[in-house]
Order: sequence, then structure tokens, then C-alpha cells
Amino acid sequence: MIHFVLLISRQGKVRLTKWYSPYSQKERSKVIRELSGLVISRGPKLCNFVEWRGLKVVYKRYASLYFCICNDQEDNELETLSIIHHYVETLDRYFGSVCELDLIFNFHKAYFILDEVLLAGMLQETSKRTTLRLIAAQEELVEAAKEEASSLSNIIAQATK
Amino acid sequence: MAGSSSSIMDNLFQRTLDDLIKSMRLQLLNESTFISKSIEDIRREIKSTDPQTKSTALQKLTYLSAIHGVDMSWASFHVVEVMSSSLFSHKRIGYHAASISFHDSTPVLLLITNQLRKDLSSTNHFHASLALHCLSTIATLDLSRDLTPDLFNLLSSSRVFIRNKAIAVVLRVFDKYPDAVRVCFKRLVENLESSDPHVVTAVIGVFCELSSKDPRPYLQLAPEFHRILVNSKNNWILIKVLKIFARLAPLEPRLGKKIVEPICEHIRRSGAKSLVFECVRIVITSLSDHESAVKLAVSKIRELLVDQDPNLRYLGLHALSVAAPKHLWAVLENKDAVIKSLDDEDSNIKIESLRLLMAMVSESNVVEISRVLLNYALKSDPEFCNEILGSVLTTCGRNDYEIIVDFDWYVSLLGEMATIPHCQKDEEIENQLIDIGMRVKDARLQLVRVARDLLIDPALLGNVYLHRILCAAAWVAGEYVQLVRNPLELIDALVQPRTNLLPPSIRAVYINSVLKVLSFCLDCYLDQDEGTASSYCCNLAGEQSEMFLVKTHTEAPELVATTREGSNYEQDEGFNPRNTTIESSDDLSDENDTDRVVTLLSMKNFTHESVVSLLNRIELIFSSLTANQDVEVLERARNIFAFVQLVKAEIIDNSGQNVDKKYTQVSAVIKSIRDAFSMELGPVSISAQGRVAVPDGLVLNENLDDLKAICGDIELPSSSSFYTGGPQFGTASDASSSNLLKNDESGPSNESTSLLEHRKRHGLYYLASDKSETVPNDYPPANDPKANSNINDEADALAKLTEQSLLLKKRTNQMKPRPVVVKLDDGDAAPIPDKRPEPINDSLSGAIKDVLGSEANLSVSRSNPLDKSSTKRKGKKKLGTDLPSEMKENLGDAEKPDPENPNPSSKSKERRRRGKEKIVEGEEPEQRGKKKSSHRHGRHKTHQRANSPLNVVSQAPVIPDFLL
Repeated sequence: MIHFVLLISRQGKVRLTKWYSPYSQKERSKVIRELSGLVISRGPKLCNFVEWRGLKVVYKRYASLYFCICNDQEDNELETLSIIHHYVETLDRYFGSVCELDLIFNFHKAYFILDEVLLAGMLQETSKRTTLRLIAAQEELVEAAKEEASSLSNIIAQATK
Repeated sequence: MAGSSSSIMDNLFQRTLDDLIKSMRLQLLNESTFISKSIEDIRREIKSTDPQTKSTALQKLTYLSAIHGVDMSWASFHVVEVMSSSLFSHKRIGYHAASISFHDSTPVLLLITNQLRKDLSSTNHFHASLALHCLSTIATLDLSRDLTPDLFNLLSSSRVFIRNKAIAVVLRVFDKYPDAVRVCFKRLVENLESSDPHVVTAVIGVFCELSSKDPRPYLQLAPEFHRILVNSKNNWILIKVLKIFARLAPLEPRLGKKIVEPICEHIRRSGAKSLVFECVRIVITSLSDHESAVKLAVSKIRELLVDQDPNLRYLGLHALSVAAPKHLWAVLENKDAVIKSLDDEDSNIKIESLRLLMAMVSESNVVEISRVLLNYALKSDPEFCNEILGSVLTTCGRNDYEIIVDFDWYVSLLGEMATIPHCQKDEEIENQLIDIGMRVKDARLQLVRVARDLLIDPALLGNVYLHRILCAAAWVAGEYVQLVRNPLELIDALVQPRTNLLPPSIRAVYINSVLKVLSFCLDCYLDQDEGTASSYCCNLAGEQSEMFLVKTHTEAPELVATTREGSNYEQDEGFNPRNTTIESSDDLSDENDTDRVVTLLSMKNFTHESVVSLLNRIELIFSSLTANQDVEVLERARNIFAFVQLVKAEIIDNSGQNVDKKYTQVSAVIKSIRDAFSMELGPVSISAQGRVAVPDGLVLNENLDDLKAICGDIELPSSSSFYTGGPQFGTASDASSSNLLKNDESGPSNESTSLLEHRKRHGLYYLASDKSETVPNDYPPANDPKANSNINDEADALAKLTEQSLLLKKRTNQMKPRPVVVKLDDGDAAPIPDKRPEPINDSLSGAIKDVLGSEANLSVSRSNPLDKSSTKRKGKKKLGTDLPSEMKENLGDAEKPDPENPNPSSKSKERRRRGKEKIVEGEEPEQRGKKKSSHRHGRHKTHQRANSPLNVVSQAPVIPDFLL
């Protein structure tokens, strides 16, 4: 199963972290430090797999971002690569040619999309269309609630409570 | 009123997450101060009564926690508050925060059971989805137990996406609360039959994870998996099913026959590399009996090995290393590609190929492979160089040097490794040098030679990573001094000025070795004075050298043969006595060093002058060391100093007198010192201490913790700590001793010719005799990589060598019999067994076995509603801790239209599909009865049920045949 997902920029800045196995905050920082050093230092045209602490990290670089997934040794590396690619494609469709800034400013959206793709360290949804449909539906729900909350009558009702 | 207006102000002027991110990017100041400021704001805002303000604050905190690693455990109660909001946008923030920050010991977990239950059963599916996501990361035993009934309901949810998520959550719930299996397992299995590939993906994913812990209980589900393997076209699913089968196949031998055909079909047909690789992996790990399949897989591996894509090359090598234990031929067949990969630019690929190469090593080819690997090590980067050295050392040293026949060669190899510029394997080499010295008597001669070569080179002393190796060399040279060709030269090497670069602990070993060598020299000198001219050669080396003499006598002819056959060990030539008679002027010539035309005899023929000058020099050098700051060095130096003074007095006294006059007093002292050192040391079993009986009256502390209090501030001597203190002593001694050496140089009777040779060559690295400069630490690389110009041919050479040596499994003419390697009875290093993980028989698999076992017929129970579990659910509901929750029910949610499908057409589609699903489900039991055609007759038809009469071949009565 997948233990965690990391998105690291070329400068070593963390853009997204998602932990499926229990890691304490301290361990998390350590893992990020270790792995970003390990992954970023690898040149292009090298293989996308790194063995690390008895686990296997599969990473792929898209533009300036490294997408890293850490899973068990016996997991299929090529499958993990496809998962990364699947996630990136979903992001791409959602944002319309996604770039690092999209993920920086829409950090939570990147999370929600990841949550639809992966769950409990397993691939959850293999259809990009379904994922996007679910995300869109949830956003509508949020928008509706927001409208209601920010309506004039609501503010008055709150103020005069 | 005042409170509410301030909350509005908060709301209006609060920084949103966007603002936070933007200002953080603009922030020119220190990031950490900005973060701590933001946290201050958040702490204030999160206490607000306004849910909007609160949730925004929480969102910001979540961001800081996820990206910047800020601790947010203090906010866990606020997380619960936001989770309980009725608004989806708030709820989502709350749940997200919970799944990021909660862990098993978060105290507020007890508060959220009811909230989770409410959301799981909410009519708004997105609320349920949030709760499921959260549960998948934070579920504990309590949560799992209390929420199992709700999860059970969702496992058959009409919404596919909810059902999928519930299935995934089951994994965590089973893990935390194995009893949930009794409730949920049947429904989980039912989902295997689903026509929706998404559902099947989810269920197979769960079974794949479950079977990785203990595959045995799932053997009964093999028919289901087999059906999916044959019918599914979805690669995601197929890969997982193959993983499950890879675990099941070793448990049930008959399974292999059933799955091998579809797997081979996938290998041949599929264009998806991930699927093909998975098929290859299952064949080489679990289906090794199926020859044709293995051949097919190996041919695929070959394709991977030569692919352009480094990923595939890496995986090809990886697959080979998996195959190596069972199918060494596959590795040998692809050895060219493996050796080529040693040159790959990717270090991961290089390491894989190194592993494979080490898997190929055997008694017959270890010499050749090590030779080529060492050449690779010379030209590699430091990291890979040490990786190579490490694997050679481990492989050769395994099980008491199991694969080493020629120890002379191996000892020289160790010496060579030490001089590789990047070598950092000092500890391993140190251990092996000493270990071989103690275990392999026949290797000692060569060991001493290697040690001497290391000790004599002043350049090596500057390399920190060689210190431990030099320590071992010094010990070896001192311990087996009777085998040393030129003890005086050795003493010079041991007291050379650059030894002050050594850490004190190692210097102490050097000094001890000086004592051993010195006492040996004096012993010889006295013996030779006593004895007659004709026979002194037999006495000179004392009784211990008899062993050596015998060895020379018996082995010399063989060694001659070796050299005649063109042995490639150049270093052997230096010390091959080509004549069996020792008295003859047997020149031990070294090609590089014409000065060193010396004979064994002349080297041990001490003149009175040489002994006196030796004593003088040692006295001078050690007089300065008697003020050393390190206690080990100091004490040993003082001992030698006193000893030398004692001996010198008498020897000088007797100088003018008759030779017949005996040095009675000195002789006795030296004899007793020699006796102390002559006892041979052997390897010690790690359990040796246990066999010593505790003497009466000795009370042993069980707990030694109080030692820490006593000697907490005493640092243990470690070889890595370097001598820094008291430079004045060091330089003083250096100056004096190098002066001394200079004097020696002018003197005609100088024994240490090769040390002088070094001085001439590396004069730069010697201290100027009049100045006390700091010693330069850089030294020329001992092995210049550029010298090996033919390195590119190495790959071919290795290929050829391995070919030869691997084809002739056994060398026809073994040059030497393998010497005896002392092993202890109880085996201090037990042979390394193949590690085999024992399947964990935990409560989870027990529960699953129970569930599966109780189902005599799966298909019958499947059609029945699970009344047993539903009653259990009621019971559980009562058990559930009813928390006084103020969380208000959101009535609005129920009336809201389903937001999932805003588009009416898709909604109707969904409905239609759902209807279809039901029909299929209803049909299935009957269909199952009809589909009885065997897998053998048609691959695309469904397999048969367990009780089919067709299958009669049941040799293994333990497990019923599940496949047919």
C-alpha cells in the first residue's frame, strides 16, 4: 500500500503531503528532508525508483514539481508511476494545464482531488471523469452554502442575534 | 451584542487561506517568524463563535501543518467543533484537519464517534464520504467497533463512490478491530461479484493488502480471484489479482496449473508494461515449477534489460535478482547485460547489477569477479566504490570465508582494497585481517607481508579511513613477528614520524607491536650469540618459526609450479622461496625495488652494532612519548622505554667482551617477554563468557545502569577520536625522530631500505628535520585510476571470465588445497540462513478463517440477507457510548436534492445502471449453476464451483480443491 504522497518543488519546498501510515510530526519533517535530498539530487534520465528504508519511493518530475509516492517493496513500481500520472492528469484537467502556482494557491483543492483518487493508501478512482464530477459536485455544495451564509439577511440575522 | 459584532469584524478582516499563502510568498522576512505570527492570529480566531471565522482559521492551520510541519495538536478540540458544523464547506475543513492531525492517542477521538455515525448515515452522500475519508486514516479500535454496523450498511450503498470508499475503509477497520470481519466480510466478498469495475478494483485492492499479511485464509476465495483473472480487462485489477495469486500459489501447489496459462497469455499479449512485469514477477517467484512460463518470463526480462527506459532496465535487474536464488541460469544467461549495467549512469541500476554479480559469485570465479570489481571500484565515485568493496567483503567473508580457497590471494586483495583512494570500509577490512590471522594459520605469512606493505608506506598514515586498517596491520605484524622478513625495517615503519597522525588508541597498538618485534629481535640476537654458526638459523626464529619452515619446505614446489604457470598474483613473487634449502642465498627479489635484494637469513642476522643502534633509536623516540597525554600511549611508551634502558645497559657492557659471555639477566627478561607473546590467540566464541562458571562469592549485578552514574563522564576510547592535544609533544618527538632518521640515512648499515625509498619518493610528506611544520594530510592516491587505461575492456574481460569459470563449474586443477579455517564448535557466526518471513497468525486471519469456514457454501449464504450480523449491529448500537452531543441535526440536508448528479440525464443513467446491477445480482446464483464448463475446455468461460465432480486429482488432502 501507499505510505505517503509528497509533492516537492525543485527547490525542495513542500507543496503537498499526505500520510496514509502513521508518522508523527517529527518523523514527517525528517522523511521530507531525507527524501527531498534524495530525489532532487537525482539527475534526469535516471530511473524513477529509489529504495529507501526498506520501502520504495517512486517519483516523477513534472515541470518543476516532483511527485513522490512511497510504497512497499513488493508493490508494482510501474503501477505507482501510472497512479502519479493519473493524478497529474486529473489535476491538469481540473485546473486546465496545471502549474506549480495552481497547486500553491489551491493547496486544499489538490488535497481534495488526491483524496478522490487515493484512499487508505489504495487507488480509489481510476476514472478522471468521475473524480472531476465528484469534485465539481462538492464545490457546488460549498458555493451554495457560501451564498446562503453571505446573503444579506443572514448577516442581519447574525448581527441582531 | 458586543460579542457578535466583534465576530463580524473578525469575519470581515480575517485573512483567508489565500491571503496567508500570498503574503507568505511576499514575505521577505524570516519565514518562521511569519509563521509564528500567523499562528498567533489563528489561535485568536479559532476561538471565535462565528463558524466561518473558526473554520477559516482551522483551514489556515491545516495548511501550515501540512506544508510547514507546524504542530496543531493543541487545536484538536476546535477540529471537532468544525467537523460538527452542518455546512458542508466547514465540515470538509474539519474532517480534512482531523485526517491530517489526529492519531491513535488523540484524546478527542472519543468525542467524534457520534458525529461520524451521523455523517456516515447521512442522506447527503458527501457527508458520508467525508466521514469515510476521515475514518480511513484515524480509525481506532473503539471507533472501528462502534462504527462497524454503519460501515456494513455503506458496503451495499447504491452510490458506487460511497461503496468504494466504504470498501477501502474496511481495510483499516479490520486491522484495528478484527471482529468486524464477522460482520462485514461476506458483504465484502459479494462486492467481488459486482459488475462495476470500480467496485471490483476497490475490493481487490483490499484483498491484496489483507493477503500481504497472511494469505492463507483467502485460499478459499481463489475461484473468485481466478474468475477475475480470466475475465477482467482492467489492468489495475489484474495487477492486484496477480499479487494475490503470487501469495496464494506457494500455499496450494495445484493453483499454479490453473493460473499459469492466463498469465502467460498476458505476458504475450498485453501492451501494458506494468501488467507484464507483474506477470513476470509472479512467474519467477511463485510459479518456478512451470518451465515454459519461466522461460517466457526470462525472455521478457531480457527485453527489459536492454530497453532504453532506465525504469525498465532497473526492473529487469530487479526481477533477475528475485529470480537468482531459484534460477541462477537466468542470471548467467543475461550476464552481459548485467555487467554492462555496472557502467550505467544511474547509481540504483549499478547497485542492482552489483547485487546480481554477487549472487553469481562462487568458489571458482570469486578471484576473477573480485579483480574486475576492484577495477570498477577504482574508477567509480566514492559511494559506489564503497558499495562494491562492501559487497565483496561481505560475500567473501560469509560463513567464515566459505568461498575463499586461496587465502594468500584474498589477503593481498584486502591489502589492495585498503589502498583504493575512496575506501572507507576500514572497519570490515580491519576485522577480516585480524580474523583471518587468528583463524587461518596458513595465511599468516602472506598476511604479515601485506601488513608490512601497508605499514611501511608513510603516505597511508595521512588517510583517516586507513587508520583502523593500519591498526590491524600493526597488530598482525607484531603478533606473527616470527614470519616477518625484516624485523628492523618493521620497527622503523612502526615508529616513523607520521605515526603521530594516528589516534592514540591505534598508536598504542603500534607501540605494543614495537615491543613484540623488539623482544623478538633481541631474542634472536642473543640466541645467535649463543648458538654455533652452523645451526643458528634453526634457533633464530624460535620454536614458532618451525611451523613456517615446514611450510616452506612442503609448499615450495607447488609455489614454483604456480609461478611457472604464470600465476597472476604478482605479489606472491616477492616471497616465493624457490629453493627448498633455506641456507642458500635465496634472493627474494622484488622487481620494482632492486635495493631490496635481501635474503631471509641476512635479514635476521643481527650484528651487535645494529642492535645497539636500534636500542638507541627506540630509546630516543620513546623518551619523548613518555610525556604523551594519552594514558594508553604514555604507559606503553614508558614500559618500552624502561625495558630498553635495562637491556641496553647490559648489552653495551658486554660489547667488548668475549662472545661466549652470556647475557644472563637480560636473556631471562627477554625470554619471559617472548613467552608472554608466544601464546597463540584464537577466535573466541561469542558465547564463551557464558561457559565460564561464576566463582563462589562473586556477586554479579544484573543491572549495570548504575555504572553510568559512576563513569558517565569517562569517554570510551574510540578509534574515531583523534589526537589533538599537546602538539608540542608531537612535534618535538617528530623533530627528534626524523633527525634520527636522517642520521640513519647517512649511516652505511641501514636496514630499512624500502622506507628510505619511500622517503626519496615522497620526500614532500616527511617533516623537514629542522622545522616543526604541521604534517600535510594529503597524499598521493595509492592506486592511480588513470593507470588502468584498459578499464573499458574490463566488462568484456569479466564477461569472458565469468563465462569460463561458470561453465566449468569446478576448476580442474586446484592449485592449492584450501587451508584449514578454524571454526568454533558452536559456530560464533552461524551460517546465514535464508530469511523466510513467517506468516503472522493474527486475530484478523483467524476471524477471516472463521467466517469463511462457517460458510459451508458461499453461494447460498450470499443470497441470504445477513440477519446474524444485523442483530449484532443492534447489539452494537446499544453498546455504543452515547455521548451527550449538542451537535444539532441538520434537517435541511434531508430535503436537499441529491447534489451528486446535477445533470438530469446522467442521473437517469445512473439509475438505469443501478437497476441493471440489481438484475445481474439476482441472476447470478442461477448462472453459477449453469456455468459448469471447465477452464480447461474454454479459457474464457467461467470456472466451476468447489464441489464439481470433474476435479478428482487431489493428492494433497489437507486443502480441498477450490478451483474446480
